[in-house]
Amino acid sequence: MLACLRKELFLRKTEFEKEKVETIYFGGGTPSVLNTDELDLLIDEVYRHYDVADAPEITLEANPDDLSRQKIEELAQSRVNRLSIGIQSFDDEDLKMMNRAHNAEEASFCIEYARKMGFDNISIDLIYGVPEMSTERWLKNINKALEYGVPHISSYALTVEPRTALEKLIEKGKVAPVNDELAQEHFNVLVEKLEEHGFIHYELSNFGKEGFFSRNNSAYWLGKKYIGIGPSAHSYDGRQRSWNIANNPKYIRALEKDEIPATFETLSAADRYNEYIMTGLRTIWGVSLRRVEEEFGRTCKEHLLKNSEKYLKEGLLSLNDQVLRTTQKGKFLSDGIASDLFLLNLRETGV
Amino acid sequence: MKHIRNFCIIAHIDHGKSTLADRLLDFTGSVTEREKQDQLLDNMDLERERGITIKSHAIQMEYEYNGEQYILNLIDTPGHVDFSYEVSRSIAACEGALLVVDAAQSIQAQTISNLYLALENDLEIIPVLNKVDLPSANPEEVTDDIVDLLGCDAEEVIPASAKTGIGIEDILSAIIERIPAPKGNPDESLQALIFDSVYNPFRGVETYFRVINGEITKGQKIKFLATDKTYFADEVGTLKLSQEPKKVIKTGDVGYLITGIKDAREVKVGDTITDAANPTSNMIEGFENVKPMVFAGIYPVDTEDYEELRASMEKLQLNDASLVFAPESSAALGFGFRCGFLGMLHLEIIQERLEREFDMTVITTVPNVSYHAFTKKEPENTIIVNNPSDLPDPSKLDRVEEPYIKATIITKSDFVGSVMSLCIEKRGEITNQTYLTPERVELSFDMPLAEIVFDFYDRLKTVSKGYASFDYSPIGMRASKLVKVDILINGNSVDALSALIHADNAQTIGKKMCEKLRALIPRQQFDIPIQAAIGAKIISRETIKALRKDVTAKCYGGDISRKRKLLEKQKKGKKRMRQVGNVEIPQQAFMAVLKLND
Ligand SMILES: Nc1nc2c(ncn2[C@@H]2O[C@H](COP(=O)(O)OP(=O)(O)OP(=O)(O)O)[C@@H](O)[C@H]2O)c(=O)[nH]1
Ligand SMILES: [Mg+2]
Repeated sequence: MLACLRKELFLRKTEFEKEKVETIYFGGGTPSVLNTDELDLLIDEVYRHYDVADAPEITLEANPDDLSRQKIEELAQSRVNRLSIGIQSFDDEDLKMMNRAHNAEEASFCIEYARKMGFDNISIDLIYGVPEMSTERWLKNINKALEYGVPHISSYALTVEPRTALEKLIEKGKVAPVNDELAQEHFNVLVEKLEEHGFIHYELSNFGKEGFFSRNNSAYWLGKKYIGIGPSAHSYDGRQRSWNIANNPKYIRALEKDEIPATFETLSAADRYNEYIMTGLRTIWGVSLRRVEEEFGRTCKEHLLKNSEKYLKEGLLSLNDQVLRTTQKGKFLSDGIASDLFLLNLRETGV
Repeated sequence: MKHIRNFCIIAHIDHGKSTLADRLLDFTGSVTEREKQDQLLDNMDLERERGITIKSHAIQMEYEYNGEQYILNLIDTPGHVDFSYEVSRSIAACEGALLVVDAAQSIQAQTISNLYLALENDLEIIPVLNKVDLPSANPEEVTDDIVDLLGCDAEEVIPASAKTGIGIEDILSAIIERIPAPKGNPDESLQALIFDSVYNPFRGVETYFRVINGEITKGQKIKFLATDKTYFADEVGTLKLSQEPKKVIKTGDVGYLITGIKDAREVKVGDTITDAANPTSNMIEGFENVKPMVFAGIYPVDTEDYEELRASMEKLQLNDASLVFAPESSAALGFGFRCGFLGMLHLEIIQERLEREFDMTVITTVPNVSYHAFTKKEPENTIIVNNPSDLPDPSKLDRVEEPYIKATIITKSDFVGSVMSLCIEKRGEITNQTYLTPERVELSFDMPLAEIVFDFYDRLKTVSKGYASFDYSPIGMRASKLVKVDILINGNSVDALSALIHADNAQTIGKKMCEKLRALIPRQQFDIPIQAAIGAKIISRETIKALRKDVTAKCYGGDISRKRKLLEKQKKGKKRMRQVGNVEIPQQAFMAVLKLND
């Protein structure tokens, strides 16, 4: 597999000829299975074939149970300079409910130790709206995170995935079902508390201190180009999205024949417009009417303005300096708003 | 002319008409191996999806019999009650009919009603005992049933299987031997009956006709008598699997005509085609006007599409002469049409065809039957109420009458009890009970039409485990206790959701309507109260809770296009909703409110 990843990096270098690599992200699945030498090997490969910017952000995604004392020490020696840790919760009851492999103690330990070993750029995941999680308990979680001084937090409402133990328990009535009102309350508490502590709510589920936003993820929302390496990895070149086959053996077989086993999808103007609306409404950068006008035309902008009117009136959207954003009240409804503002084709605007 | 035979295939639903047509087409070599498929004549997508015939379909076969070449014009007809108008028009173009009876199910309600239609038009009836291959077939008994019904000899009944091909040759011989050749005078001026038509977006209106007298030639200048307009016959031909242009269509034969007419209103099914220079003086007696059983409003989802909807309905009407409509308007929905249908299936099919064939997304309002209302001021003056909003205010109302029908139900003796309780629940009164055989019973009821148009058919099927067939005919108006139940959504009365309901049921139905709407209207950003009211009195209330969370947490690289597609799908769904006040109501909610048992 490792050889194939390196091969793919090599084969696709032409796609990025004119670009600078700003970030490298090891994520999806369990990238922590790679030992430090292997990580270094891949990073070297990137440097060899691509033009890498100065001080790139290099992130590794890991769960607390992967981050042993020794692993953290090794990572501290590598070129990885940012950790994204799937903490989920600092409470054992919550962790059990979510069927996690780690416990609260491991969660606390890995953050403390990583900081001690010199990782100052750490992001953690926290989950709210977990059945039976009181708002008080949620607050405790947030406070714990603040106590450890992590500069970045991603926080998600729990969704019950099909065919999981939790789904069964809820079906049997043993556990209260996830409740939107509770999730909303948790979300409001989270935003309030983190903003109080100097975090910037820069994307619906992401909070960062100044200078600590995830550069990698921001690129997705700003429509920048990226290359995804490995099975099921996604890529985007500004017009076309592609994704590699998910099946590992098939992926390997293709790479051995110097082929990239990917499916492509070219985005129409309407697709790009819709993606811009969808992601824009989730971020602090919002949807710029100027950009809509430049890229998609004036009638498109007018259509957008007309359709946003009702949300502006209801206080779910705001319009400042020609930028549309969701308000705190609107954030939790932003998918519905986005789909309302979508265009199924650009002709709809009457151009 | 003596070598032409015109006949239709009639039967109760599912007795095998279309499959029999397949076999006749095969046997006469009218279709190639490649063209063959089951129920070939059911060529509308809707027909294939639902496995039923909706439209009559004419097709011409050639067949050599005793050394002579014959032309056989066959019309396959639908069996469902809601499409009986198709049957009656087909019959008018024929001299004979194959009456198909399922050898396992025997005579059913529409066997009888379609037989009567054929007899009224003096058609020669050839009884066909179909599905003799079925293990459950009862050929002897069913033959006796047919003999009793027709008063014919047992030998005249042809045993057949449209599945295996038994009896097909005998049927073809009978068609030639027993059905009279068309009568008509080739030397007279042209006189042809338009029995069907269809709008073709490229070629304009295509009319299907049967020549009674004279003949029609390509290029001839012709005239439609009812509209008094003249045209050139740009193309005439016969109806094979596809159209086959011909120079002339002769006396007694069936064919199609294209004149380039683009305006659907210029063609009337039932009209007479004649020669423009030498017109006939007798107009063929056209078709009886259809009497719609159910009325509902049809509105464009997008108000701007009103004119396009009108044009689409006119075109659809060409191909479905039983559709009637007149403009109306609604406070909630704007401009639309009040339409009359032969039943709920018909209504559903019209809505579907508007969407599929004309790309019109429409809202259908709560259906109702046609009532008569009388005010205290003018107690003798009938006000026809086809729309709930036409019902006079209760304070001014003297009395209301509702249409009654005679329902004929044939079922197995085991189910008599449950069928009776169903009919009594539906305000029916039993008027007759006859044992056709020791196992088969015919029950007659006088019932309000309103009770049977909505869910009666499905309920009947359930209580009889499928062993009941049903037919009905109007028997006039009777006094009724009627109230108008209004629905308020977020405090605003939505006229398109009002329903006319018998007073005794108003409370229960009002409650069910609210529950149904609660389930159908998607949650929005605020609480939405739904109330049912009679006048100012609220009889039921439900609340749709506000939507608190409408966002998925994660939206990274690979999530983006998946999520975009999901939201695009939602967007498409929203385009099928109608904003009433500040609430979005899905298209299907309007009609679904009365389907209370789903
Ligand atoms: N076993 C058997 N099945 C048959 C025969 N004829 C028709 N069927 C089946 O009966 C069902 C109904 O056949 P259709 O030909 O569609 O019936 P229909 O009378 O045209 O139905 P409508 O047009 O909807 O009234 C189909 O599943 C046929 O395959 C037969 O002779 N034997
Ligand atoms: Mg059929």
